[in-house]
Amino acid sequence: MNRHLLSSADLTRDDVRMLLATASEMHEVQRRDVKKLPTLRGRTVINLFFEDSTRTRSSFEIAGKWMSADTINITGKGSSASKGESLRDTVRTIDAMSVDAIVIRHMASGAAHQVSQWVDASVINAGDGTHEHPTQALLDAYTIEQRLGNLDGARVAIVGDLTHSRVFRSNAITLRTLGAHVTLVAPPTLMPSGIGPWATTDGLTLTDDLDAVLASGPDAVMMLRVQRERMSGGYFPTAREYTVGFGLTRERLRALSDANLEAVICHPGPMNRGLEISADAADAAQSLVLEQVSAGVAVRMSVLYHLLAGEGVAA
Amino acid sequence: MTRADSTAPPGHPLDPSGRTVLTASDVSRALRRIAHEVLEHNKGADDLVLLGIPSRGVELAHRLAGLVREVEGAEVPVGSLDITMHRDDLRSQPTRAPMHTTIPPGGIDDRVVVLVDDVLYSGRTIRAALDALSDLGRPRAVRLAVLVDRGHRELPIRADHVGKNLPTSHSEKVQVRLAGFDGIDDVVRIAGGDAR
Amino acid sequence: MSTLLLAGPTWYAADGTPGRGDVLLRDGVVAQIGTVDAPTGAEQVDADGLTLLPGFVDLHTHLREPGREDTETIASGSRAAAVGGFTAVLAMANTTPVTDTAEAAERILDLGRAAGLVDVVPVGAVTKGLEGAELAELGLMHRSRAGVQVFSDDGHCVADGRVMRRALEYVRAFGGVVSQHSQDPDLAGPQACCHEGEVSGRLGLPGWPPVAEASIIARDALLAEHTRSRVHVAHVSTAEGLDVVRWAKARGIAMTAEVTPHHLALGTDLLAGYDPVHKVNPPLRPAEDREALVEGLLDGTIDAVATDHAPHARHDKEQAFVDAAFGMLGLETAFAVVHDLLVADGRLGWADLSRVMSTGPARIAGLAGHGHPVAVGAPANLVLVDPTARVGVDRDASQSLSRNTPWHGQTLTGTVHTTILRGRVTARGGEPTTC
Repeated sequence: MNRHLLSSADLTRDDVRMLLATASEMHEVQRRDVKKLPTLRGRTVINLFFEDSTRTRSSFEIAGKWMSADTINITGKGSSASKGESLRDTVRTIDAMSVDAIVIRHMASGAAHQVSQWVDASVINAGDGTHEHPTQALLDAYTIEQRLGNLDGARVAIVGDLTHSRVFRSNAITLRTLGAHVTLVAPPTLMPSGIGPWATTDGLTLTDDLDAVLASGPDAVMMLRVQRERMSGGYFPTAREYTVGFGLTRERLRALSDANLEAVICHPGPMNRGLEISADAADAAQSLVLEQVSAGVAVRMSVLYHLLAGEGVAA
Repeated sequence: MTRADSTAPPGHPLDPSGRTVLTASDVSRALRRIAHEVLEHNKGADDLVLLGIPSRGVELAHRLAGLVREVEGAEVPVGSLDITMHRDDLRSQPTRAPMHTTIPPGGIDDRVVVLVDDVLYSGRTIRAALDALSDLGRPRAVRLAVLVDRGHRELPIRADHVGKNLPTSHSEKVQVRLAGFDGIDDVVRIAGGDAR
Repeated sequence: MSTLLLAGPTWYAADGTPGRGDVLLRDGVVAQIGTVDAPTGAEQVDADGLTLLPGFVDLHTHLREPGREDTETIASGSRAAAVGGFTAVLAMANTTPVTDTAEAAERILDLGRAAGLVDVVPVGAVTKGLEGAELAELGLMHRSRAGVQVFSDDGHCVADGRVMRRALEYVRAFGGVVSQHSQDPDLAGPQACCHEGEVSGRLGLPGWPPVAEASIIARDALLAEHTRSRVHVAHVSTAEGLDVVRWAKARGIAMTAEVTPHHLALGTDLLAGYDPVHKVNPPLRPAEDREALVEGLLDGTIDAVATDHAPHARHDKEQAFVDAAFGMLGLETAFAVVHDLLVADGRLGWADLSRVMSTGPARIAGLAGHGHPVAVGAPANLVLVDPTARVGVDRDASQSLSRNTPWHGQTLTGTVHTTILRGRVTARGGEPTTC
């Protein structure tokens, strides 16, 4: 593993396996009374969040603290539209304080990649625009494997607004790295551009027929959040039409269970109950939503450990 | 000082230029004696918990538990205590993946924990183990059983039960292979160093 | 009054016939060609092994003065132009304030003359304030000392069909031309920054589909036909857009087109690094488009190479990719890039190079004194180039006040040796002269 985690494509299969195995040990630590390891004592981790996210930020903050690192949250100022420092100046100012890692979330795709060129610290991408969210993909894979076992050969469907989803981009990569078969389900206006050749190159299946996919009994169905703004942006006529065509309704939940009793349901959160996922599906026994949150801390402890604890590349 | 061989993966080749210092039957006798000593010191098997330090300490802990069962007819809980995250040399080494920690269901509070490892050298591993243990509970007492003590302590740590004392020089390495973990007959060898 | 002898260069007639010999320049014109003895007091340039071309003419430059003198001034831009082999550059109107009045145009003309290194020809805005709503004072700008012929809202598209129609009708009266930045704002909005396709999909960057360019070109071609006026396509970047230009020309429509060196040579794959130095509008395109553009240049569908030289301050580029400013430097590297890409391996001949970098643009802009092939009596607006010299591009050594060149660190074949404006040397050996 190199010293940044910018994209899920940075991780080989061995890297992912190692991160997930360590996450499992870290998950164990969460269950103890003393939820603390001394491992990253003396390291400083900055959570630099330009885009609000209580969930991801607190997950990284807890992960850092449970590893005994000094974690500090900094709220980054908006885009360059507000005439202030350039992004480069902002991050170099932080880097000049000799911090060990910068966990960055930003509204712009590619921001983490750009920042890694400008600083000495390790950079962890906590979500950049509509590009990637590598730790989310790791925790999704971890959560599914905790329930279903090895993902090698498993069939996973990712459903929703793929165009604007960084969760999709990272998951498509990590799931394929682990050997899963990935099917993408979205209406044409929410399929990313260039998806045809992309799907061919990366071995992804495309469809806009959610019912057919559910009837085939996939092992896991990953529902993505649909932002209501997309309706007004002309991507989709109405929320109602979206739910009827692509929502995990009560009827579809039943169809999924009938086709595969063991199938699990994931959602990166926050959920729009009633829009892309019905309350029944969100709260069903097969839903991994809360486990995903718990896994998030363990996975992020694992990532921080493997990037920061040692010197150089992993043995 | 490195732990070069203690982390050798299962079945890792032995250095052919080394010499054997403990044969399989030596190891067997040593473990049997350690089991007796543990029981004698503890006046029986009550409240004992054996925690092996991965990798080979775990097999040794299980073997000791088996010997206690033979000798005393008692079942002693066995687990593993990984110390990777508590090492004091993390920053100067490439990052290692942690191994498994399993604490038996009864826990360690108010128990007599016997840490089990294959080789005792600088003592830093045991210091890390004590650290790890303190986050898991509060044993009544902690004891240390090792198959081999090769000297050169860097910390004030001593073993309570030793299979064999092996004076070595720093340039030598001690290689331990166990039947279960490595798939070959038990053996302890010394390799490298100046010719004797 | 000054006399300059160029000793032994090679040159090419419009039909490609090569010539070789001495060229004597006197009083701003080519006085003598052949074997010439240096007159007393004449400056001499040893041009053996060099190629003499008409000075380059850039239809599309941003000089940033007035308004952003921290990034470029007319003086610094003139230095960059001279070093790049240009004898005339058209300065786009998107300054602050916008060049939408006669006074603003004359001011730019005067600043260019004061710098004295290149003919700075002001482009007038099509609409007031570039807002796309009301026509600017096109006639007054034309009648001013600046004699504006070319009008453009570049930076913005004149998207309103009615406004574009009126503009085309209006400029027909004096043979003017509208240069259109072809970008339908509803199909490619202000955030669009990456060719819409697999790369934009993977990188999560807002896509800029070819149809946003081609649809405007098609509409403008039909408007030009309807109004019997001239329209020019700025920085054509797509195969689709080029096909429309070709169709329009075949139909006899007075449409011309330019292409930038970066759209010929650089591709959308570069954006994977998210380096804002590659962010430009229209965006870099995939290989298929680049090949089509090269074809279009060779077969005459494209009339000119224009730099779209766009200086930017570091802090405007060192932002997240989607937030960074659009544009690249181009004046100092244009010849080297085009030569390295197309002339060095023989795809583009020297006469054709002059067609697209001098004669064609001069004709489109109505610049009578520029773009003349080497001939006795022609105005001495010339450039000597060295086809075999290699240049390592160093952004810190650029004449421009800005540093945003995508060619930094690359080595290109073909350099500008000496630039001559009306018989006077304006740049030699990569350095401008002071005047």
